[in-house]
Amino acid sequence: MTVDLNKLHAVGAIADEAEGKWGMVIDMDLCTGCQACVAACAMENNIPYVEEEDAGYGRSMHWIRTERFWEGEYPEVKMSGYQPMLCQQCGKAPCEPVCPAFATVHSQSEQLNLQVYNRCVGTRYCANNCPYQVRSFNWRDYQDSRIRPEITILANQFNPDVTVRRRGVMEKCTFCIQRIHHAQDKAKAEGREVEDGEFTTACAQACPANAITFGRIDHPESLVAQLARSPRAEHHLEELGTLPRVTYLKEG
Amino acid sequence: MADHKHPTSHEEHLREQHLMLDPMPRGKMNEMVMESMHTTSWKFWLVFGLLAAFVAYALFYKWGVMILEGLGVAGVNRPSYWGIFLVNTVFWIGISHAGTFISAILRVFRAEFRRPFTRAAELMTTFGLVQAGFSIFMHMGRVWLSYWLMPIPNQRQLWPNFHSPLSWDLLAITTYLLSSTMYLFLPLIPDLAMARDRTPDGTWQKTFYRILALGFRGTEGEWTHLRNALNIFAFAIIPVMFSVHTIVSWDFAMATRPGWSSTIFGPYFVIGALHSGMGAVVMVLAVVRGTMKNMKYFIRPEHFEAIGKLMLIISMGWAYFFFNDYIVQWYGGDKWTKELLHWHEAGPMGWMWFAMLICNVAIPWAILWNKKWRSTPWLLFIVGLLINVGMWFERYIIVPISLTINRMPFTWRLYQPGIEVWLGIGTVAFFILLYMAASKLIPLIPVWEVQEGQMAHSLKKYGRETVVTVSELE
Repeated sequence: MTVDLNKLHAVGAIADEAEGKWGMVIDMDLCTGCQACVAACAMENNIPYVEEEDAGYGRSMHWIRTERFWEGEYPEVKMSGYQPMLCQQCGKAPCEPVCPAFATVHSQSEQLNLQVYNRCVGTRYCANNCPYQVRSFNWRDYQDSRIRPEITILANQFNPDVTVRRRGVMEKCTFCIQRIHHAQDKAKAEGREVEDGEFTTACAQACPANAITFGRIDHPESLVAQLARSPRAEHHLEELGTLPRVTYLKEG
Repeated sequence: MADHKHPTSHEEHLREQHLMLDPMPRGKMNEMVMESMHTTSWKFWLVFGLLAAFVAYALFYKWGVMILEGLGVAGVNRPSYWGIFLVNTVFWIGISHAGTFISAILRVFRAEFRRPFTRAAELMTTFGLVQAGFSIFMHMGRVWLSYWLMPIPNQRQLWPNFHSPLSWDLLAITTYLLSSTMYLFLPLIPDLAMARDRTPDGTWQKTFYRILALGFRGTEGEWTHLRNALNIFAFAIIPVMFSVHTIVSWDFAMATRPGWSSTIFGPYFVIGALHSGMGAVVMVLAVVRGTMKNMKYFIRPEHFEAIGKLMLIISMGWAYFFFNDYIVQWYGGDKWTKELLHWHEAGPMGWMWFAMLICNVAIPWAILWNKKWRSTPWLLFIVGLLINVGMWFERYIIVPISLTINRMPFTWRLYQPGIEVWLGIGTVAFFILLYMAASKLIPLIPVWEVQEGQMAHSLKKYGRETVVTVSELE
């Protein structure tokens, strides 16, 4: 993402907010709507599957979703492209100031929007105030095998690097922060910087069309930064001033 | 009925019309109020028992189920993360406002008709706030951690986020609950002392009144202190009331959402609160007058007439703010707001939008302009009920229906209430239950205020003409 700081009259902290650290580019021309990212994200981040009834009411929990849009009535339906939607890791996130318990905060070191599960009391104000509607709420204890014995076997494939969440807690995409930390720790042990493309998020890794690219948006030579300079680049709801870190490449 | 032309009949007519001109010996009046507290028919206990059973089931049992199972048993969902819980919170805080408004504003302006019903209105404030508290805590995902929102020193070294309107809300409502309870208690002291002196020794009621009356004996010094305190409180509580409901509106107005981020929400919510609260006061008065002994003496058609006028003015004020909120947003031309306003009127819940306008504007305007109609208690009860239904609809439109429309059309989905319907009706039952219990424990009529008013008013004859005179006591 390139931001002309002269245009923004931005200096200091605001410039940092606008710049960001980790970023993502999603090419909507390449996305086929296959939902591999959705599945990979759920596996990586221990996202619970909700039961049939809750899913039917629209409570399926996903940190990334593939939005699809169409025009007209059946059978004269014209599909437009797919739009994967996930937490945009806003530089100025509307969810952050409204939480009365400081459960959703901005990370100084990672420049990410964090959700502190054990601090969340479940007012759901953040989810109301999120213009991208990308937060998911644990309406029940979906991951407690005492309550749902049938998930015991699923619990065997939990990612040990990620916690599980209880009822009444909000959660959302973390940009796979456990992978970021893993790569950083490894690089530090080997006495070097994290290289571009060394690791990526679960959704980007799973995407068969390579529509999702993840990396250091503040390094101009990184792949994600180069893609973000594309003339097709746009940010969702940019007019709200949320400074999103996810860049979409619109269909050409 | 009295012949208006005959002088003595005119005097009788005036006495019949106005409580202030119809004095009664103090001992007799005290007896009447005590009698109204002590006369309890089996019907009272039947209703009381049924309500208590209902509260135990619908409010406490169902809430327990929800705490154990999670909010999934309710209908709240993306994108309507806030549902009937928040509707009820705003609704109950609204109800509670009229208590203070009637009592404090009318006290400040020395409106004489306020005297017999200030207490009934103030009680509404306290009990309404209790229900508002229930509603907001029910809505939390992890209510057992709600003390984390309190600014108290703790081992977690955490402080609440004072940037969040919810934190302001908590402080505002707590302030309001404490100040309105004190404001209820102050004018109650002389009446508690009156009840103490008329309760036989050895009963638990005697102990109850003795403790609460704080040893009030009715000396000149005590009355002076009471008047000074009441005067300060009556003025001070008015800005508190305005700020509290403005802060409640900021929970919505501060959010980045179409339809919510409106600068007029503060006064719009205040007038809406007064609208529903006045409706509730008139309902309470009609029930008290109809069911409790001796109340027809204290609460007369003149009181309904006076409140009816206020209701009409507030209804007009509400319509003005509603129109302001609507028209500015509509002309703003934002595509999401436009979509939202269309959804309000033409969406699947459009009937509610029209019902709101009928209940809040059309019906009050059609009925309250007529003096005879607005002096009829049962008719005002119905108008008050409809206004409350309309105001509940207004909050329902602002919270879950407006939440349906956001900037991500993929997530649009209609909210379907679940267990929160039980919990909501449970708060209504609990409010009535608390009120019924209070009517047996504390004098609902501020006897000393009525007596003070009656002492100040007198009928004088100038030639053949009977003239009402009022003297300043304070």
